[in-house]
Amino acid sequence: MNELSELYEEIILDHNKNPRYFNNIPEGSNRTAEGDNPLCGDHYTIHLTVENGIVEGVGFEGSGCAISKASASLMLESVLGKTEMEATELFKGLHGMLTGDRSHESDSVEFGKLEVLNGVCKYPMRIKCATLAWHVLNAALKNTEQAVTTE
Amino acid sequence: MAYVNFKDKHYHHPDEAMIHSTTVDLMYVKRDFPILYKPVHNQPLVYLDNAATTQKPQSVIKALYSYYTSKNANIHRGVHSLSEQSTLAYESAREKVRQFINARDAKEIVFVKGATEAINLVAQTFGKLAVKKGDEIIVSELEHHSNIVPWQILCEQNEAILRVIPMSDSGELQIEQLDAMLNERTKLLAVSHVSNAIGTINPIKRIIQKANQVGVPVLIDGAQATAHLGVDVQALDCDFYVFSGHKMYAPTGIGVLYAKKKILETMPPYQGGGDMITRVSFKSKTVYNQIPHKFEAGTPNIGGAIGLGAAIDYLSKFEMNQISAHENQLLEYATNALQQIPELQIIGTAEHKAGIISFVLDDIHPHDIGTILDQSGIAVRAGHHCAMPLMERLGINATTRVSFGLYNTFTDIDRLLSGLQNVLRIFKPN
Ligand SMILES: Cc1ncc(COP(=O)(O)O)c(C=O)c1O
Repeated sequence: MNELSELYEEIILDHNKNPRYFNNIPEGSNRTAEGDNPLCGDHYTIHLTVENGIVEGVGFEGSGCAISKASASLMLESVLGKTEMEATELFKGLHGMLTGDRSHESDSVEFGKLEVLNGVCKYPMRIKCATLAWHVLNAALKNTEQAVTTE
Repeated sequence: MAYVNFKDKHYHHPDEAMIHSTTVDLMYVKRDFPILYKPVHNQPLVYLDNAATTQKPQSVIKALYSYYTSKNANIHRGVHSLSEQSTLAYESAREKVRQFINARDAKEIVFVKGATEAINLVAQTFGKLAVKKGDEIIVSELEHHSNIVPWQILCEQNEAILRVIPMSDSGELQIEQLDAMLNERTKLLAVSHVSNAIGTINPIKRIIQKANQVGVPVLIDGAQATAHLGVDVQALDCDFYVFSGHKMYAPTGIGVLYAKKKILETMPPYQGGGDMITRVSFKSKTVYNQIPHKFEAGTPNIGGAIGLGAAIDYLSKFEMNQISAHENQLLEYATNALQQIPELQIIGTAEHKAGIISFVLDDIHPHDIGTILDQSGIAVRAGHHCAMPLMERLGINATTRVSFGLYNTFTDIDRLLSGLQNVLRIFKPN
C-alpha cells in the first residue's frame, strides 16, 4: 500500500482526473506528433505552437492509463514557455531519470513537480507509460512526421 | 452472494463446498501447482490470468525433468536406446492427444509450436492451395489476432476476400447471418471455440453444420477451450482444430494441429527440412514423408510434447465436465459479485460463457487496476487481449480480464473483490 501511494501520488491522480491542456489544440499550432505504446494501447497526440524558438502553446489528445495521462499533463505544464532547447533538455533529463540512464544528467535541469514521476521507477512494467508522452514531445520538437512508439 | 449449496450439506465458506468428484476432489488441486505457493509482493498468489497461460502441475514439471534426466535423445533417427525411448515417448504423447480430442487416427495430430503456428500452417498450405483470386474466407469479429492476421496475409497473397461474422453487443456471434455469407467462393471458415477476450462459447457445432452443408471446411481455434471444455473432434466434425499446450497446463512451445486425414494428405508441406522427407535427391524428385511427419520439419519440441502428454494425463484424473462445472461456478459467483460494484461493467454477457470475465471499472484504466491488484498478489490481464477488432466493435480501448483455471477457488475471487475495493479507494476516494 505504501509503495502504491508513491506511484499514485495525489498529484498524479489529480492530473489524471483533470488533465491540463487535454483535448486542446493551441492557437497557431505548428508542431504535431503522435505515438503509442503497442503493449498496452496507450495513444497520444501532442500539439505545440512554437514561435521564435519558444513553446508558446501546448495541447494533447488521446487515451491511456493514469500514469501516461498524468505524465503528459505534467509535461505540457512544464514545457509551456520554455525554449525548444530547454524542453529537449527536460526530455533527456527525465528520460534518464526514469530509465536509469544518467548520461544526460545535468544540474541545469529543474524537475520541479515532475519529480513525482520518479515513483514509477519501482514499477518496471510501467516506465514506458510515463515516458510515452515525452517521446511524442521530443518527436514534435524535432518535427518528426512518423508516429513514435515506445518499442 | 451465490454460495454453493452442495447436496444436503451447507458449508460456511464456498471454498469448502467445492464440487465433489468421483475421482479427485478439486478442492485439493491447488496443491499440485507449486508456483501457486510462491508469494507475490509478500502475499499468496492469486492467479487469474489463465487465458494468457496456465500454471503447470508438479507432474508436468516432473515429466520434463525425467525426460531430460533419463531419455533425452533425438527422435526418429538414432539406433541407440535413448533415441528409441525418446521416440516412443514422443509418439505416445501424440497418441494421448489423439485420445484427448477423440481424433480417429494419431496421424491426424501434428505437433507445432502453438495455436498461432497451427493457423499459419493451415493458411500457408491448405489455404494457399485452395484459395484463388476472388475467393472468400470467413472469420468472426471476436477472434484473437492469431486467427485474423494469417488469413489477412493469405488474402493479400492470393487476392482473396476476408469476411467477418458480426458480433452482437453482448458478445454473441450473429450466426443467422452465416447462411447469407456462405457461398460457392467460400473456401474456409475459421472461428474460435471460446473467445479469449470476453469468454463467449461460440455455437461451433451449429457453425460447422452450416458450413459442412455447403461443403466449406472449418478451422476451430480451440486455444481457450481444451483446458476447460471436453473436445471431441469427430462429434464436431470440423476439418481443423488447433490449440496450444501452455493454455492447458503443459509447457510453452508445444501445440497441436488436428486435421482430418484426407485433408492433411492433400496439403503441401509447410517447411522443408529433416524428418519431413523419405528421400532427398538432386537427381530425382525429393519424396516427402507420411503425415503427420511431413508437417514436422526439423527436430521438434520433444520435451514439450512429452510435457503435453503429462498435462493430458493430469487432466484425465478429472472428468472434463467436472472441470467445466467447477469453473462455471466460479464464473457465476464472480459475475454476481462483480455486478454488485456499481462502477463496474462486465464486457461480454453472452448466454454461454467459459470462465473468463472482462470488465471496465468506471474510467479507471485497466493498467492501473492491474498494477494495484498485483501489489496484492493478484495476477490479472489488462489491455486489448490481442483482439483489437473486438475492442473496436465494442468501442473500448482496453479491459481488465480475469480468467479461471481448475485450481482457482472462491477465496481467489474474494481476494479479487477486496483488491478492486482497494483500486476504488485509490481512484475514487470519496
Ligand atoms: C483464442 C486464442 N487463439 C489463439 C491464441 C494464440 O495462442 P499461442 O500464442 O499460444 O499461439 C490465443 C492465445 O492467447 C488465444 O487466446
